[in-house]
Amino acid sequence: MKKIINTIIETIIFICGILSIVFVVLIFGFLFKEGFAFFKDYNVIKFIMGQFWYPDSNPALFGILPIVIGSILVTFGACLIVVPIGIMDALYISEIAPKGIRDVLKSSVELMAAIPSVVIGFVGMVTLVPFVKNLFDIPTGLTAFSGSITLAFMAMPTIVTISEDAIRSVPWQYKEGALALGATKWQTIRRIVLKTARPGIIAAVMLGIGRVVGETMAVMMITGNSAHIPNSIFEPVRTMTATIAAEMGETVRGDMHYKALFAIGLVLFVITFIVNFIADLFLGKNKNK
Amino acid sequence: MSKIEIKNFNLYYTNFHALKNININIAEKKVTAIIGPSGCGKSTLLRSINRINDTIEGVHTSGEINISGENIYDEEIDVGILRRNVGMVFQRPNPFPLSIYENVAFGLKVNRIYSDRNIINETVEKSLKAVLLWDYAKDKLHKSALGLTLEQQQRLCIARVIAVAPNIILLDEPCSSLDPVATQKIEGLMIQLNNKYTIVIVTHNMQQAARISHNTAFMLLGKLIEFDKTEKIFTNPLIKETEDYVSGRFG
Repeated sequence: MKKIINTIIETIIFICGILSIVFVVLIFGFLFKEGFAFFKDYNVIKFIMGQFWYPDSNPALFGILPIVIGSILVTFGACLIVVPIGIMDALYISEIAPKGIRDVLKSSVELMAAIPSVVIGFVGMVTLVPFVKNLFDIPTGLTAFSGSITLAFMAMPTIVTISEDAIRSVPWQYKEGALALGATKWQTIRRIVLKTARPGIIAAVMLGIGRVVGETMAVMMITGNSAHIPNSIFEPVRTMTATIAAEMGETVRGDMHYKALFAIGLVLFVITFIVNFIADLFLGKNKNK
Repeated sequence: MSKIEIKNFNLYYTNFHALKNININIAEKKVTAIIGPSGCGKSTLLRSINRINDTIEGVHTSGEINISGENIYDEEIDVGILRRNVGMVFQRPNPFPLSIYENVAFGLKVNRIYSDRNIINETVEKSLKAVLLWDYAKDKLHKSALGLTLEQQQRLCIARVIAVAPNIILLDEPCSSLDPVATQKIEGLMIQLNNKYTIVIVTHNMQQAARISHNTAFMLLGKLIEFDKTEKIFTNPLIKETEDYVSGRFG
């Protein structure tokens, strides 16, 4: 009897474990099937290098260059903002802040992760967008720049929490050894702590980027959704994610436009896969030490 | 002549009174051992001499520790300069996860002692030679220090300290994570170094104290019980607790 129950429970656990893999494989399969079907009817080079995204014109043009540039611009801008702030925040929390402040900061950063992206998008739309418009005196505040700020805000918890873990796992003995040789606190942080925690910090940044690249709702609300190649960060852009989300409802299942959106999904998947892969590489490196 | 004079020194971890009114004069260029059972405050006392205890939250002190006549707990003391002058070797070898070369050069760089590469190279070589690690490491200078054996790592940690030219070296149970052969080698090294440096070593190994030290302090429950020539402590101590401890009746 005991043995039977044991077997049943083991089987259930096994199925649950396998299920997640099955779902992931199914999603990939679907994405690949629909995405690759697009390239049968449409030239890959024209797709990736095409400068015009006019799915409704005749003939329809599916050039994703503007939206890829839109995604890269917004992501890059967000990184420029969030990486230095996030790492310094993590350093402050783990190395400098007194215990009381540390606890408050840590939990508020973690709380940031719990804010739904539509809420961040909405708050950004009513506060940040008019602010950017007035500050730079531009026709609209719905720009790549506003999107970058919003995304920076959303990537912050990931980057801070994981970097902080990496920094905190630097053995105390290293720091003590450095201090005992006459190093100041800052020298210890720069030469020992940051160096030792570097793989973890890089992983944190990569996961943050992954979050930013895949984010949809907030960027859709804030970047203006104009699919043209921008001349500066103070112009509206449209990202790959926003394109899929905004247009999927207008397509007919199985037509070119529908497949094109899946092809974008495929490109997005490749990008996030590479970013996450790099992150994993560095996380693994950190653990082996 | 005494190099380190500890006067009426008390140390508290928040509310815990860890060191109780310690008075001791440590002689220059001699090896002084501090012995006593676990938790007696011997490491705490050692760690007070380079103020590395400052890094622990809630530590406060009273009294004085004078090194060459200067109270190191004076507000105007630069702890960076103090710690350069008073090197420390820890219980577990703690080389930085950098190359062997970078480990030894670390102290020189952070203290901006030399900026000339050649002089740094020379100092690294001299320091590694002093701990008898040069022959082994000279071709591996840019390999990670974490690839060394524990004993070699501990030698490297001593080399790292020697590189910044301290007058005093504090060793906190430097052999506790080493095997007997490695321990013997590190002890040999300490005997070689003692005519150049004032050495204070904390050990729970009484034979080690007897083998390498000139003077021995015995501590118990945060108090200094007895301090005298090593052979006197081990053969004819004045106080009963000392005798009980060195003869192995408790500890």
